[in-house]
Amino acid sequence: MTRRLRTYAEVVGPDRSGLAAQVGVQRDRVRRRLASVKAVVAVMSGKGGVGKSAVTAGLARALAGDGARAVGVLDADLHGPTVARLLGARGPVRVDAEAVHPVVAEGGVRVFSTDLLLDDGHPLSWRGPDSERFVWRSTLEAGALREFLADVAWGALDVLLVDLPPGADRLADLAALAPLAGAVAVTLPSEESRRAVARAIRAARADGVALLGVVENMSGYACRGCDAVQPLFPGDAGAALAREFDAPLLGRIPFVPGDAPPPVPSTLTDRVLEVLA
Amino acid sequence: MKFLCMDCDEQMSFEERALPGDGTFTAAFGCPRCGRRVAMLANPMETQLVGSLGVKIGGRTLDEQPLELVRSAMEGRAGAFAEAEEEAPAGARPSWSAAARDRLERVPSFVRGMVKRIYMEYAVERGIAEITPSVMDRARAELGLEGM
Repeated sequence: MTRRLRTYAEVVGPDRSGLAAQVGVQRDRVRRRLASVKAVVAVMSGKGGVGKSAVTAGLARALAGDGARAVGVLDADLHGPTVARLLGARGPVRVDAEAVHPVVAEGGVRVFSTDLLLDDGHPLSWRGPDSERFVWRSTLEAGALREFLADVAWGALDVLLVDLPPGADRLADLAALAPLAGAVAVTLPSEESRRAVARAIRAARADGVALLGVVENMSGYACRGCDAVQPLFPGDAGAALAREFDAPLLGRIPFVPGDAPPPVPSTLTDRVLEVLA
Repeated sequence: MKFLCMDCDEQMSFEERALPGDGTFTAAFGCPRCGRRVAMLANPMETQLVGSLGVKIGGRTLDEQPLELVRSAMEGRAGAFAEAEEEAPAGARPSWSAAARDRLERVPSFVRGMVKRIYMEYAVERGIAEITPSVMDRARAELGLEGM
């Protein structure tokens, strides 16, 4: 007859590896680091190419004003980081025994991004065995996000904006790691964008993330010559999403040719300031 | 993770770990009652999966370094980090043998500053005057420095 083996819980001796305890320590590091951050706000979208990073950069600059507020930007788009460049952040990154230090960009915005760590034009790549790479890669990337929250000396911030990649996965990781004041969803006017962003908003809500509002980006083309705004994409996804999710439409931002982040509407900055109040 | 000696119905104790340098991981456990020893051998994928969590089998003996996971796993840009030189207590700063220095130079520069700090702390804490490749090997195994 086979003897019944005791279970993990029944073997009461200490677990020397203490993997769960080690994960707990990691979470504590995030909690301690963010204790001096008044609000963490995510900028999300279900679709790529909608201008999330440009909106994040514009929002960061507007909130920072002329030193009016301490603002940080964490670029959670590990594979396609762009917000650091939009804010004029350049490395190298200073590091000491306690922390790595965010790069201070124009307007005093504190920035951290894989863009500061990667060779120019090179993809994010991890050392490790090629076999079953997909199994551990997403775990590593969640770990990278955790370290960006916990190990960057953000200091006292009024708001930490997190620029997310397209989709909903990274927001779920973020929501599990950090207390979020909410998320701003960015969409193009098109129906395709509405559908993709609606999926992401539903996923965000399932993760307990509050929707602060919707921004419609590239909502027309702003002519530099005559200041008129011409149609660019058909549709009114911003208003439709706001109705669908009973959230405010925080503004329509026209496409303005050039590299600079677009000026963001005051309704957007006001909404973020509300959650800081 | 716990190991049970089935003959004695006794929890086995963690004894040591080894990182042979081929991406695999070995942890040895012994039964405090009968002395039986077993080794857990993890293949590179299993080793990487656990490492991706930023945890150490056998427990941590060193506080997590800033961006430890990112720096030890990412193919990053040389010169991405401007490393602050730590002040070791007077007279306690260990020297590096030529062979150890050569070996350190072969560590990717993205992570080299962190690795150097870890070896220095290891040597200072143990009163080791000179860091040699053998000290580095011991530190790797004791601290679980896979990929460093």
